[in-house]
Amino acid sequence: MSRDYEIVVGLEVHAELKTASKIFCACSTAFGAEPNTQVCPVCSGFPGTLPVLNEKVVDLAIKTGLALNCEIAQFCKFDRKNYFYPDLPKAYQISQYDLPICKGGYLEIDLDGEKTRIGITRAHLEEDAGKLVHQGDITTTPFSLVDLNRSGVPLLEIVSEPDMRNAQQARAYMEKLRSILLFAGVSDCKMQEGSLRCDANVSVRPWGQKELGTRTEIKNLNSFRALERAIEYEAKRQMDALEDGETIIQETRTWDEEKGVTRSMRSKEEAHDYRYFPDPDLTPLRISKEWIEQIKASLPELPDQAGQRLIEEYGLSEYDAAQITISPQSLDFFDQSVALFPDAKTVSNWMMGDLNRLLKQQNIEIEECLVRPAALAEMLKLVKNGTISGKMAKTVFEEMFLTGRDPAEIVKEKGMAQISDIDSLAPLIDEIVEKNPKVVQDFKNGKEKAFGFFIGQIMKATRGQANPELVNQLLRKRLNKE
Amino acid sequence: MALTIKEVEHVALLARLELDDFEKELFAQQLSSILEYVDKLNELDTDGVEPLAHILPIYNIFRKDEVKPSSSREEILANAPLVEIGQYKVPKIM
Repeated sequence: MSRDYEIVVGLEVHAELKTASKIFCACSTAFGAEPNTQVCPVCSGFPGTLPVLNEKVVDLAIKTGLALNCEIAQFCKFDRKNYFYPDLPKAYQISQYDLPICKGGYLEIDLDGEKTRIGITRAHLEEDAGKLVHQGDITTTPFSLVDLNRSGVPLLEIVSEPDMRNAQQARAYMEKLRSILLFAGVSDCKMQEGSLRCDANVSVRPWGQKELGTRTEIKNLNSFRALERAIEYEAKRQMDALEDGETIIQETRTWDEEKGVTRSMRSKEEAHDYRYFPDPDLTPLRISKEWIEQIKASLPELPDQAGQRLIEEYGLSEYDAAQITISPQSLDFFDQSVALFPDAKTVSNWMMGDLNRLLKQQNIEIEECLVRPAALAEMLKLVKNGTISGKMAKTVFEEMFLTGRDPAEIVKEKGMAQISDIDSLAPLIDEIVEKNPKVVQDFKNGKEKAFGFFIGQIMKATRGQANPELVNQLLRKRLNKE
Repeated sequence: MALTIKEVEHVALLARLELDDFEKELFAQQLSSILEYVDKLNELDTDGVEPLAHILPIYNIFRKDEVKPSSSREEILANAPLVEIGQYKVPKIM
């Protein structure tokens, strides 16, 4: 879908900050409670209540800003964004308008070895709104229900520059951002629970044109896949429209996952007019250099640094290093496995290969999977000492993944152990060689194929359990005697 | 600084106020005179003066990140005109 247009994408990501209590009151932020049980007069907008800022929210915002190479504001404030909506009890959202806490950062994405720096315009603090639940069939019910548990949960809205040129880059940005937030320990980033949400600004322009085309904003992107698909669909829709001589209308659109389309959400002609003004209920923030330095000193290893460590210490490829550092849990898995089985490349190959494939198949994260590093290491030892072959290991691993059982136990139960003793293999080889004098002759005449024939026969006779290396060795010795 | 009827209608819509023609006219005049009064401030030279973010010279008022019990759901929902399964019930919003 390259055609005659260039795609331009910018992302607005809302990350829920990992605090115990809400941003302006002491209600819990825990996910999944009964509706309206984590609500107080402050977060339900009762008149006369006053918000008080949660200090940890500022710590986490500074930490995020530093992890994203941003400049941290020495002075910032909170503003009211005014609009009416049933999930917004005060009829304004406390946010940051002209003085955000973080400005001007970047992160680096790596797609097929091509590194691109994506700019981050700003990151600002705000409170989340409540949740609207539509009762019954959305097309016929006259009511919605409001749950305010989420109202007042701290959010950091991270706004990128329009630096991405296709859906794959947007996805890579989102994945990298998630990984950085997870490593920094500032957010859980659970897209399915809404603790990481994303809106995409998409426009297209003829190649070579400097000015940006008219953009649309796509909402309701709940997964990496949805983000990628929605951008592809929307860019194509805009190109088709332009080719048909239509103009693009700047509007908000929603992604329909089932139908795979974006749909206009325009309600009235009313342009957004939020009438921002400084919130008089909250005092401005002064962030000292010492405060910033203190947080900088507490920053843990971030994905790029961890990746570099894997490349330098273990000689992993950039690609593998990037995949392993996709989350701290994944890196932990790797580090722990390597500590128990010090062959980083083998561990990496198993993580990239069978483990990744099974995780994707089951659609789970590495921390949810039943195989733990100790079990993987144990299995790799069984391969190394010749108890099982690499091929058998695949079957064993799948069983480990599905049941969480011990590899040695699986090997024993399935009678999978590799035949590695000469005493049982040698007579078998003798027998097969003696039975096939013609093939022996072929081998003597230099036909390498004949060798393969014997290997096949031996493996067949042992139902694949013979140690291939040993068979190879013994057979060659045996045939050379003929 | 005279406010047009159109501007009054816009502001009224944002505030979800329904005004009749008489009120629109009346508020246009009243709001205009308020703006005119405030406009006097424009006569001041504010070059080099930072915009005021808060009326008081206080900064960094925080609370610790500690959870305290929330209100009871009954209390929170007591004033809601309509309630269903522990939630506020409102006209459907699309």
